[in-house]
Amino acid sequence: MSRRKDHYEISRWLRFKRWVDGEVDPLSRGMEAQPAWKKEERDARVKQRLRERESGKQEAVKQEESGRQRKKARASSVPEILNTRGIRWFQRFYRIMSVLLCLSIIFVLLWTIAYLPPFGNAGNPANNEVPARYIERGLQETGAVNIVTGMILDYRAFDTFGESCVLFIASCCVLVLLRLDKESGQDAKGGNAKAARARKESEENDRLFEPKNDVILQKCACVLVPLIFVFGIYIILNGHLSPGGGFSGGAVLGSGLILYLNAFGFKKTEQFFTEKVYRRVTLCALTFYCLAKSYSFFTGANHLESGIPLGTPGAILSSGLILPLNICVGLVVACTMYAFYTLFRKGGM
Amino acid sequence: MFWETAGHLSANMEATAAVILFGVGFTMLLLHRNLIKKIMGMNIMDTAVYLFLAAKGYIHGRMVPIVADGIQEVTAYINPVPSGLVLTGIVVSVSTTALMLALTKRLYEQYGSLDLDEILILAKEEEEKAV
Amino acid sequence: MSLVQNFPFFSIIIAMFSGIISSVLSGRKARNLSLFMITVTTALSFFVLCYCQETGESYTYMMGHFPAPWGNEIRAGVLEGLTATLFGLVMFLAVLGGIDHTAADVEPGKLNLFYIMIDLMLSSLLALVYTNDLFTAYVFVEINTIAGCGLIMIRQKKKSMSAAIRYMIMSQLGSGLFLIGLSVLYDVTGHLLMSPAKESVSRILAQGSYEIPMLVILAVISVGLAIKSGLYPFHYWIPDTYGYATPTASAVLSGLVSKGYIFLLIKIFYRVLGNEHVIGSRLINILYWFGIAGMMMGSIHAIAEKDTRRMIAYSSVAQIGYIYMGIGLGTDQGMIAAVFHIFTHSVTKALLFISAVGLYEVSGNKTDYHSLRGSAYRNPLAAAGFTVGSLSMVGFPMLSGFISKLLFAASALDGTDWKMLPTLIALAVSTTLNAIYFLRQVITLYSGPRSGPKKAAEVSSAGNKSSWMLRTSILCLIAFNVFLGVSSQPIVQAIADGLAMFD
Repeated sequence: MSRRKDHYEISRWLRFKRWVDGEVDPLSRGMEAQPAWKKEERDARVKQRLRERESGKQEAVKQEESGRQRKKARASSVPEILNTRGIRWFQRFYRIMSVLLCLSIIFVLLWTIAYLPPFGNAGNPANNEVPARYIERGLQETGAVNIVTGMILDYRAFDTFGESCVLFIASCCVLVLLRLDKESGQDAKGGNAKAARARKESEENDRLFEPKNDVILQKCACVLVPLIFVFGIYIILNGHLSPGGGFSGGAVLGSGLILYLNAFGFKKTEQFFTEKVYRRVTLCALTFYCLAKSYSFFTGANHLESGIPLGTPGAILSSGLILPLNICVGLVVACTMYAFYTLFRKGGM
Repeated sequence: MFWETAGHLSANMEATAAVILFGVGFTMLLLHRNLIKKIMGMNIMDTAVYLFLAAKGYIHGRMVPIVADGIQEVTAYINPVPSGLVLTGIVVSVSTTALMLALTKRLYEQYGSLDLDEILILAKEEEEKAV
Repeated sequence: MSLVQNFPFFSIIIAMFSGIISSVLSGRKARNLSLFMITVTTALSFFVLCYCQETGESYTYMMGHFPAPWGNEIRAGVLEGLTATLFGLVMFLAVLGGIDHTAADVEPGKLNLFYIMIDLMLSSLLALVYTNDLFTAYVFVEINTIAGCGLIMIRQKKKSMSAAIRYMIMSQLGSGLFLIGLSVLYDVTGHLLMSPAKESVSRILAQGSYEIPMLVILAVISVGLAIKSGLYPFHYWIPDTYGYATPTASAVLSGLVSKGYIFLLIKIFYRVLGNEHVIGSRLINILYWFGIAGMMMGSIHAIAEKDTRRMIAYSSVAQIGYIYMGIGLGTDQGMIAAVFHIFTHSVTKALLFISAVGLYEVSGNKTDYHSLRGSAYRNPLAAAGFTVGSLSMVGFPMLSGFISKLLFAASALDGTDWKMLPTLIALAVSTTLNAIYFLRQVITLYSGPRSGPKKAAEVSSAGNKSSWMLRTSILCLIAFNVFLGVSSQPIVQAIADGLAMFD
């Protein structure tokens, strides 16, 4: 279901020219990035690939034990399968069909656009009574100066609740895939040793990448990280007064945490942010969000007064539930961004 | 007829660009072999839809929908609804991208390849060996 | 507003809340909480069903302080209550039946994450059933997709991972198409809530403006949701996905996830685009032909399969073809038959997957066709379950599959002009094909030597007796299937009432 990968320059003249010049493209067989300090290994690998390409067979030569030796034992038949004549004709046909498919989708949708209402026109069907009420009475009904924040956290709050759940469940799925657990007590499959080995391996790999005590990074981080945190908190708190809100502010906070981690390493970051902190913060924030919004939905549907004061518009402590919800969302997003980063890098916090 | 359509399309430039990017992203997601390129295609496709949605909110000559100086006329602000939809959509897109990248990382660790066809062939071979 | 009217909202929130809390619980507590929550939500949905049948009309429930079209709302009626009750029941039995296998397949530290997926999957299914807003539907479709992916890959075997990535790729294609259809619909009508959007759409159709965009919207939304639910040309991800997941996950994915998307599609047809317009445009014929193609090709692939799990998965493709054929017939009767088949298929597929697991246990955990020879004598209850499920799929009288085939045939004879002949022929041919592979498997179960393959006796010493949970689950699913088959009339009547008040 896919087409053959194109080289960047496929013309014969350029290929001939490169061959004459003796140039070599180390990325031609894959997208694996190699760390710079393993240069000799990389060069050796590239030479070997050239040799293999000439001989037309692919042998797997990898340095690490787990997973790579399996491929060596496989003596993979993949290139043979992919090089049979039928498959190559099929791939050529596929390339043409794929271009046709792309063009037909674009054509159908462009044909639709030709009949849609024009851009920027005030008389569009989308500018009906719905945004009119949001603009005219949004400030009085929600207390938020930023009409968009008022809309997503008050009028259409159920969508935002669903969205926070999407973030939560995606982080759960990434935890399932990437978190390396400590060895558990009774592991029936005997994966105990395997888990311990995987964890140790990922720690060692990570220590290779971690820039230990890089002076420039640390000095810059000393200046930047507090500024980033303050800016992130400012965006979250001002979500209902100016452009901003929980999602953008949370992303900024998350990036501040990632910068701190990169500059100072896991040991220092674990002094204040561990997995326990992550779990407790997300649990409290999401629970508060759920309960507050349920209260709001329940009172609204049953036509009861919600009893939450809206405050004076323009002050920070205003607009009812919007400020606490923004803070919850900001915390969840910041923790999730940081969790994604550490899970991808080391398999845990 | 053709020139009318072309004129209309160039007046709606944002929607046109969004739709072209959508087609490109859709084809990348469907037909590329490399998993990372598929994920890139998915992101291009989603971003194109957000461009389309955001463009639908704009009205000529009006301001951003943040109440300034107490003006609350409908004629002073653009439509705030599509902006809210785009906010939700971006978070959903980030979540699915993170999930697919985590899957790609695990597949790479297990099979040593980022090429979906190769992975499927290797998986089939293993299954046949196991049976 | 009576208390019962709050129940749809309560069920969605309880499901989500238990998912959030399970993130700090241990595996066993998360499992118990999950089972408890599913029971409670099923009971709540049943009360909603009774209430709506008494009052005889559906009602809307504001989510917030502002009515439609400014705020969000959900809507509950007979059909929604019935579907929610059924989904809850099937999910409960699926989770109950697969508890031991889940505990064995999933790493102990990550067991609570599995139950979080189950909780959030149930909440998204309930939200898709009750929602009255298009963008909320999109967000919950995404939750459904991600939860489904989590259920597939929780096993962390290699085959599950490659199945999961194929599933995600196809699902994201469908979501992208659905979202752009939604955006164009918003642009043309200006509403995101379904009822105001329908007024807008009928006004547009009466005026005859925006003809091409309406056609493209219908096409794009149908194709997007068809890709996600596994209609025939887009079914490549189904066999791997359903075949290599843990039993609970297979039952939930095949029985419930696709049905959620099909239910959303039916809801959009009725409540946004208007059924007359959908039938009037010829696009519904395309769904009809793909449905028929799916019925045939699914069965043909199933006949060629040697692995039992993949065979059951391919039969899912065929059954989804039936449902789309029913929708494609374009009559009220056809829609009733399609909805009844949704219910039948959920129950029967869960029964097939769970009882098949009981059979694998006593055959040395091998799933191919030959290893299961004679396993009926080693595990009689699981074999009985498998037999009942197979006979139901084929269409044996007294079981639910018979009633759905009867309804399909009756709707084909009634009020469709040229679609009658292809439908009847397709029904006959696919019944024969279903019989070939299902009955072949059933006969294999009951024939052959009474002891299993030599390794089985040593390997499955602990699993020789399936746990009481598996057995209870199989018994309940058999009872449910027979109930649907024998006393189907009230249910069909309820579906007809529900569809009448659906728009």
